[in-house]
Amino acid sequence: MNEQTLINLSLAILLLPIASFVIQIFFGKKVSFLSDKFGTAILFICLAMSLAVMFGKLGIEEPIITSFQWVDFGNVPVLGHLTIDLGFTIDNLSAIMLVVVTLVSSLVHLFSIGYMHGDVRYSRYFAYLSIFTFSMLMIVLTGNFFLMYVGWELVGLSSYLLIGHWYEKKSASNAAMKAFIVNRIGDIGMFTGIMILYYTFHTFGFKEIFEAIGSGNIPMGSEKWLTAAGILVFCGAIGKSAQFPLHVWLPDAMEGPTPVSALIHAATMVAAGVYLVARTFPMMTADALTVIAYIGTITAFISATIAVAQNDIKKVLAYSTVSQLGYMVVGLGVGAYTAGFFHLVTHAMFKAGLFLGSGSVIHAMHHATHHMHDHHTDPQDMRNMGGLKNKMPITFKVFLIYTAAISGIPLFSGFLSKDMILAGTLAFGNTTGHWIIPITMFFIAGLTAFYMCRMLFLTFFGNHADAHRYEHIHESPKVMTIPLLIFATLSFWIFFSFNPLDGASGWLAKAVERPESVVPATSAAIGPHEFEEEMHHEHYVAMGLSLLVAAIGILIAYLTYYKKSISADAVAAKLPGMHKFLYNKWYFDELYGSVVVGGTLAFTRVLRWIDTYIVDGMVNGTATWTKAMVFGYSKNWKEKPVNAKIFLLGGLFVAGVVTAFSFRWLMGVEAGFIHLVWSGLGALCAGLLTFFMFYGGAGGFDKFVVDGLVNGVAYASGFFGILFRKTQTGKVQTYIMLALLGMMIIFFMMK
Amino acid sequence: MHILGLGILSWITFLPVLGMIIVLLLPKENKNAMRWTTLGITVFQVLLAVVIYMKFDRGMAGINTMEGFQFIEKAKWIDINSVTWFGRVSIEYFLGIDGISVLMVILTAIISCVAVSASWGIEKSVKGYMALLLLLDTGMMGVFVSLDFFLFYVFWEIMLLPMYFLIGVWGGPRREYAAIKFFLYTLFGSVLMLLAMLALYFSVTTIDPASGEKVHTFNMLAMMNHANFEPGSILATIGSSARYLAFVALFIGFAIKVPIFPFHTWLPDAHVEAPTAISVILAGVLLKMGTYGILRISFPIFPDATVYFQVPLAILGFINIVYGALCAMAQDDFKKLIAYSSISHMGIVILGMSALNTQGVIGGVMQMFNHGTITAMLFLIVGVLYDRAHTRGLNEFGGLMNQMPKYSGIMTIAFFAALGLPGLSGFISEAFAFLGAFQAPSIRTITIISTIGIVLTAAYMLWTLQRLFLGSIPEKWKTLPDINNRELFTLIPLAIIVIFLGIYPAPMIDLMSTSVNALVDIVNKGAATAMIGQ
Repeated sequence: MNEQTLINLSLAILLLPIASFVIQIFFGKKVSFLSDKFGTAILFICLAMSLAVMFGKLGIEEPIITSFQWVDFGNVPVLGHLTIDLGFTIDNLSAIMLVVVTLVSSLVHLFSIGYMHGDVRYSRYFAYLSIFTFSMLMIVLTGNFFLMYVGWELVGLSSYLLIGHWYEKKSASNAAMKAFIVNRIGDIGMFTGIMILYYTFHTFGFKEIFEAIGSGNIPMGSEKWLTAAGILVFCGAIGKSAQFPLHVWLPDAMEGPTPVSALIHAATMVAAGVYLVARTFPMMTADALTVIAYIGTITAFISATIAVAQNDIKKVLAYSTVSQLGYMVVGLGVGAYTAGFFHLVTHAMFKAGLFLGSGSVIHAMHHATHHMHDHHTDPQDMRNMGGLKNKMPITFKVFLIYTAAISGIPLFSGFLSKDMILAGTLAFGNTTGHWIIPITMFFIAGLTAFYMCRMLFLTFFGNHADAHRYEHIHESPKVMTIPLLIFATLSFWIFFSFNPLDGASGWLAKAVERPESVVPATSAAIGPHEFEEEMHHEHYVAMGLSLLVAAIGILIAYLTYYKKSISADAVAAKLPGMHKFLYNKWYFDELYGSVVVGGTLAFTRVLRWIDTYIVDGMVNGTATWTKAMVFGYSKNWKEKPVNAKIFLLGGLFVAGVVTAFSFRWLMGVEAGFIHLVWSGLGALCAGLLTFFMFYGGAGGFDKFVVDGLVNGVAYASGFFGILFRKTQTGKVQTYIMLALLGMMIIFFMMK
Repeated sequence: MHILGLGILSWITFLPVLGMIIVLLLPKENKNAMRWTTLGITVFQVLLAVVIYMKFDRGMAGINTMEGFQFIEKAKWIDINSVTWFGRVSIEYFLGIDGISVLMVILTAIISCVAVSASWGIEKSVKGYMALLLLLDTGMMGVFVSLDFFLFYVFWEIMLLPMYFLIGVWGGPRREYAAIKFFLYTLFGSVLMLLAMLALYFSVTTIDPASGEKVHTFNMLAMMNHANFEPGSILATIGSSARYLAFVALFIGFAIKVPIFPFHTWLPDAHVEAPTAISVILAGVLLKMGTYGILRISFPIFPDATVYFQVPLAILGFINIVYGALCAMAQDDFKKLIAYSSISHMGIVILGMSALNTQGVIGGVMQMFNHGTITAMLFLIVGVLYDRAHTRGLNEFGGLMNQMPKYSGIMTIAFFAALGLPGLSGFISEAFAFLGAFQAPSIRTITIISTIGIVLTAAYMLWTLQRLFLGSIPEKWKTLPDINNRELFTLIPLAIIVIFLGIYPAPMIDLMSTSVNALVDIVNKGAATAMIGQ
C-alpha cells in the first residue's frame, strides 16, 4: 500500500464518524435504521480500514506526514511570512492507536444496541458516540499541537454530553459539568505549554518543533523553560488521564451509561493523556519526566487504595482505571516508553471488557430489581450481588479472564505490559536512585490483584443477597456477550507477543520503539539503549517480584472474600479511621468542594457586591451628588437619614480641614496663633457653606445667595446710608475706629 | 464602486435613512408594511455587504495611506472661512474601508438584519421603533466607514439618540434609569473624545490642494502622519505628557463603549432593560465601536502612547476577562449573566490588541466579529425564553432540554461557542488573542494569568446550561412551546457563521491580515522613532 492510500484511508476513518454524527443528529430519531445500526456499521467499516492502515504502515519504516495550510497571516512584521499549517501524522504509534480506538468503539457500539435498548434518547446516544470517535481519532492522527488541542477539547465535549446522558438526574449533570471543568483546568496548563512552544518556534507541528529543539533552539534559551513547557503540556494529560490532583472527575463520570464508561472513561479518551506524553516524549527533559513519573506514582497509589474500600462495582473499576493510567504514566515517565504505550493497548482491551462485563451484570441486576418493582436496591452495589456465576456463565468467564489480565497473571496480556513497566521502574531506580517509585508500584501491583479479586468474589461467588431476585437474573443477549467474548480473546498474550513471559519480544514492542530525545544532552534522560539494557537486566527480577505480589494479593482476597477466614468487617473495624478515609476517597471531593468551588463562589458574590455597590455605586453616586448639589442634600437623602448625617458631618470635617490647611499654606510656614484663628474662621465659613448646601443646594444658593446678594445690595445701600449718616456726625473716635479696622484687614490680607 | 452615481459605502450607510423615511410615511395602522420595509432595507444592506466582501481587495493595507483604502468617497462637506478661534474650518465627507473596518461593516449589516427579524413581536408604536432602529443602523455603519474624525464623531453621537429612546421607551421596568445611565455615561466619554479630537485638530495641518494654504484638518489619515503635526502645537512632541493625556482621554471615550472596567456598569443595566433586538445590537455591534475606535484612531495616531500604555491595557483586558467572568458567575438573571459574559469576552479583544503583534490583533479583531455573532445568538436565546416565560430567573427553570429540544440544540451551539469550544468560532479568536499576547514579552505573565478566564467561562456557562436545561422541568413550564420558525430563522444563519468560522477562519483572516500587519508595523515603528527621538 503506498503512502497516499494510507493517508486517504486515514482521512476517511477520521471523517466518517463526523458525517455519521451529522446524519444521526438530524435524522436519527425519524429513521430507526439511522439511530443505531448505521453508526455501528460505519464504525466497523472504520475498524476494517484501520486494520488496513495499521498493516500497511507497519510495513513502512518512516512516519507518513501530510499537512495543509490552514490560515495565512500574510507578511508579518519582524517574522516575515507566517502561516499555520495543520496536518496528520501516521506512524506506528498512531496506526496502532487507530485500531485500538475503532475496535473498542465499534464493539461498544454493538454492545450498546443491547444495553441502551429502549432508552429515552437512544439515537442521541449513538450520535454522541460518533462525535466522540471523531474527536478521539483527531487526537490520534494529528501531527501538531493545535489539532491535538482541538481534539482534546472535543473529546471533553463528547464526554460531557455522554456523562450527562441521563441529565434528568442532578448527579449526572453535576458529574458532566465537573468532568468538563476539571479537564479545562488541565487544558489551560496545556495551552500555556503550547503558547511557550509556539512563541519559540512559530509552528505547531510536532516534527518541526522537535527538529528545532534538536538543533539547539530551545524556548527562551533556557532548559528550564523547556522543562516547564514539557510539564505544562503534561498538565493536559493530568486532566484527561485523571492524574493526581485532577483525578476527581473520573469516578463521578461513572454516572454515564456503562458502555460509555468502557469506551471513553476506560479504554480511549482517558488514555489520550498517555498518548500525548508518548507523542511529545522527545521534547521531555529528564526533570519533566521525573515529575511525570512521580505524578503517575502518586495517582496509582491513591486510587488503588481507594478502590479497595469501594462497594459500587463501577466505582471500583473507575479507581482501578485511574490507578492503571498511573501505571502507564509512570512507564513513560521512567523512560519505559514502549511499556507505557503497550500497557495502554492491553489495558484498553481488558478494561473495556471489565466495564462492559460490569455493564452486563448491572443490566441483569437492573432488570431483576425492576421486575420485582424494587426501586431501592442499588443494582451497582456489590453487596447486593453474589453467586452470579451460575446465572451468567459467559459474563463470569470473561470477567475471570479480564481479572487475570489486570492482576498480572502470565498468559494474559496485562502481565506482559505491566511486567515491562515494573522492570522499567526498577531500571529507573537503579539509574537515578528514585527507589520509592518501584517500591510503590510493586505494592500497587499486589493491591490491584487484591481488589480485583475482591470484586470477582463478591460479584460472582458466594450466595446472592436476595434469593427471589436471584431467580430473575439472566445472562445478557448475544449482542452484548459477543463484544465481551472478543475483548476476552484479546486479553490473551498471543495477540501481542508469542512469548507469554516476554512482552518486549512481541511485534507491538518492536513496532513502537522509544524515540530519541531531542533535548540538549545536559538535561536529557538516560538514553534508550542504556535504559533498555538496564531493563533487560531487571526483567526476571521484576517478573518474579510481580508474580509474588500478585499471588499475595489474590491469596488475601481469596481468604477474605471466598473462604471468609479473614473478616473484612473486622479489619475495617480495627482501622476505623483508615477505612473511613479510604471509603471517602481521601476527602478530595470535600477539599475541592469547599476550598476551590466554595471559595470561588464566595468570591464571585463578593465581587457582585463590589460591582453593584462600589463600582456602580460610584456611578450612581455621581448622579446622586450632582442632584444633591442642585437640590440640597437634606431633601435628597431624607429617606436615608443616617447617610445624610454622615455626609453632613463628613462634609463639615473635610471643609474644616481643607480650609485650615489652605490658610496655613497661605500664611507660610511661620504660622502663629492669629493664623489659627483665621483658619478657624475659614473652617466656620466652609462649614456654613456645607450646611447651606445641605439644606439648599445649588438651587438654594442661587435663590438665597446670588439672588440674595442682588436684593442685599439694594437693602445694604439703604442700610449703609443710614449708618454713614450716623458716622458722619463728626465723631472722630468713630473714624479712628473704622480706620483701624480697615488697616487690620489690609494688614492680614497682605501678610 | 458606484451605484446610481453614489458610492457603495454611502449606500450601505444611508440606505437605512431612506428606509426610515419610508417607514415614517407609511400609514400608522399598517404595521406589517413597516416591518417588511425595515427587513427589506436591512436585507438589501446585507447584499451590499456581500458585494463589498466579494469586491474587497485583500492585498491593500489601508490604515494610514489613502491609496490603501477601498471604496473611497471624498467630498468637501463643511468649508467656512474665518470662524472665530478656528480660522478656516474644512471638514470632509470622507468614507473608506480597509481590512479592519470591512469586517465590522459586514457584522453591522448581519446583526442589523437579525435584530430586525427579532423585533417582529414589537407591538408598541412600531413606526417609531422601526424608524429609530434604522437611524441607529446608519449611525453604526457610519462609524465604521468614516475616515474623517469629525464625521466619525457625528455618527458616534447620532447613534446615541435612537439607542436612548429604544431602551427608554421599549425597554423593561427600569428602562428610564437604564436609558439615562447609558446616555449620560456615553456622553461623558464623548466629551473626552471631543477634547482629544479638538486637540488633534489644532495640532495637525495639511496643505489644501486647491488653494495651497495650510489648513487644520480632521482627516484621520493626516493625523497618523507625524510630519503633519505643526511644530510647537500641543500634541506635536512625541512622548510628551500632552499626547499621553490625549490618548487617555480618547481611550476613556472608547473604553466606556467597550466597556472596560471600571466603566462597565451601564452595560448590565442597559442589557437587562433593553428589548431583545436592542440587546443584540448593543452587544453585537455597539461594543465593537469602542475597540474599533481604539484600533482605528488611538493606535495609529498615538503609537508612542500605545506602546507606553501597553501593559496597563493588557491589565485592563485581564481584569475584564476574569472580573467579568466572576461577576457573571454570581448572577441569577439570565440576561445579566450574558451581559457580564460580554464584558469578559471583550476583555479578550483588549488583551489581543494590547499584544501589538499580528496574531494578537487578528485575534482581537476576530473576537470582535465572533463575539458579535455569538453574543447575538445568546441574547436571542434569552429573548426566546423571556417571551414565553416572562422571567429570566436562572433558578426558576430546569429541564428545558426535553421541553424545547430545537431551542436547546441551538442553545448548545451558542453556549459552547461562547465558552470557546474548538470547532466553533469563539475558540479561534480566543486562541489567537492569547497566542499573540503571549508573544509580547511585557504582557506574558498577564496572559498566563488571564487563561484562568477559560476555566471560569466554562464554569459559568455550563452551570447556566445545567440550571436552565438539565434536570427535570417544573410543573409551571410544562406548556412552554418550542422555538418557532421565525426565531429559528434569526438564529440559524448565525449558527452557520459560528460553525463555519470555527472550522475554517481563513476567509476572515485573509480579509484583514494585510491591514493588521500594516497597523502593527505602524505602531511599532512609530513607537521606535519616538524612542530615538527622546
